[in-house]
Amino acid sequence: MKPFAYAHPGDVAEAVRDVAAEPNAVFLAGGTNLVDHLKLGIATPDLVVDVRTLTSREVTDLPDGGLRLGAASTNSEVAADRRVRERYPVLAQALLAGATGQLRNMATTGGNPLQRTRCVYFGDVTTPCNKREPGSGCSAVGGYTRYLAVLGVPAALPDPTAPETCIATHPSDMAVALAALDAQVQVLGPAGTRTIPFGELHRLVGDDPSTDTTLEHGELITSIDLPPLPAGTRSSYRKVRDRASYAYALVSVAAVVSGDDVRIALGGVAHKPWRATRAEELLRGRPLTDHAVRAAMDAELAGAQPQPGVGGGNGFKIPLAARTVVATLRELTSEATR
Amino acid sequence: MDAEISLRVDGESHRLTVDTRTTLLDALRERLGNTSPKKGCDHGQCGACTVLLDGQRSLICLALAVAHDGAEITTADGLAPAGELHPVQQAFLEQDAFQCGYCTPGQVCSAVGVLDEVARGWPSHVTEDLTGDVELSDAEVSERMSGNLCRCAAYENITPAVQQAGAR
Repeated sequence: MKPFAYAHPGDVAEAVRDVAAEPNAVFLAGGTNLVDHLKLGIATPDLVVDVRTLTSREVTDLPDGGLRLGAASTNSEVAADRRVRERYPVLAQALLAGATGQLRNMATTGGNPLQRTRCVYFGDVTTPCNKREPGSGCSAVGGYTRYLAVLGVPAALPDPTAPETCIATHPSDMAVALAALDAQVQVLGPAGTRTIPFGELHRLVGDDPSTDTTLEHGELITSIDLPPLPAGTRSSYRKVRDRASYAYALVSVAAVVSGDDVRIALGGVAHKPWRATRAEELLRGRPLTDHAVRAAMDAELAGAQPQPGVGGGNGFKIPLAARTVVATLRELTSEATR
Repeated sequence: MDAEISLRVDGESHRLTVDTRTTLLDALRERLGNTSPKKGCDHGQCGACTVLLDGQRSLICLALAVAHDGAEITTADGLAPAGELHPVQQAFLEQDAFQCGYCTPGQVCSAVGVLDEVARGWPSHVTEDLTGDVELSDAEVSERMSGNLCRCAAYENITPAVQQAGAR
């Protein structure tokens, strides 16, 4: 591991100043992803600024009826919070579908959405990877694509030597639920505070695979707010994976149904949690029959690009995503009429 | 770069100087001579290094020692002060819940954490009703213990051991 200086400032303002002042500085919270990356040589900071005990660890009620998740609240604590379980089951289920009990006890609300991709080439410093080493190329094209993207990618076989090529997926389950809930991210940075709609926290690859989020250097997530949901709202998270437990999603679905309104987010299919806005538009105000949902998802997935690769590639994700949304919404609507 | 920290491990206080890169696992094993937590994968995937860190089961291969100054740690060794076995340890013995034993200290600490989490009513991925009671079914134990791998595959006996300890 490359040597680094460690700082544990007195408050968040000082932590933000420390990171902002050092171009090669990073924040440390639960450490479940960062410490692993320090060992693997994927992260090579000069300064690690520990914020784990600086932000709030509480889940608090907001005046508008929503909930504020302090950045240092752990994934376990949020999933166990009775208000989250009762009012935002999609979030509790997403958290409980991720990682293991030990990891959830360490991982935090602020850190979880900022975890990096589990693309195997990103994790292997002996292989070219535009996300880890900009300009080096993408080893994933035509390689092990089973866990990689089908949406938001330009072609079924992008140029592996181009500096903008990256077919990584975002691995977080929690983030998929937060995308469907239209959560609001509270941020403190060198220029002060700002609020980022959750859907704008993560970015598609564009021309810069190395950057996962829209946060500026030195900006720190201090809390994530869950907006209130209308009475009668139902929500659910469904994850499809290769093992029953402790595996990343091949495809996951977070769905929130409030009256005529349906919100759908997909995990495991893109560089960011993917809001199925096209499908949502087609379904708004319509009965959520299997047929209607299927048709809406076919429209949503019309631009999907199956990536060839080892073991047949990842084209299976396209019908799987459609079927998983159908199953999730069928379960939610049958609950409502039960 | 060095830093001075204090740790309380299995009831004993220690002050030590560590490199900022040192994990809690290496601090315990290499510096304090406590080899109860094991180094398996060293990447948070196997659970062999599980201890109770400030009361919660955690993976100390992914915890920088410098970031846990003042922490209270209980290892599997510390669960049996003066040689009196913890109910989870006794249940592992009675159910023959191990073969080579390398993962066992991590399994035991994880099981202690599981029983505490169940007692607090925390649901899991397989809990049918998110807001209802939790029963220690086979599926619940398997899901909650999925972060502890056993290369000998003693799972068939680990699950009943956790259930036995939980029934006490």
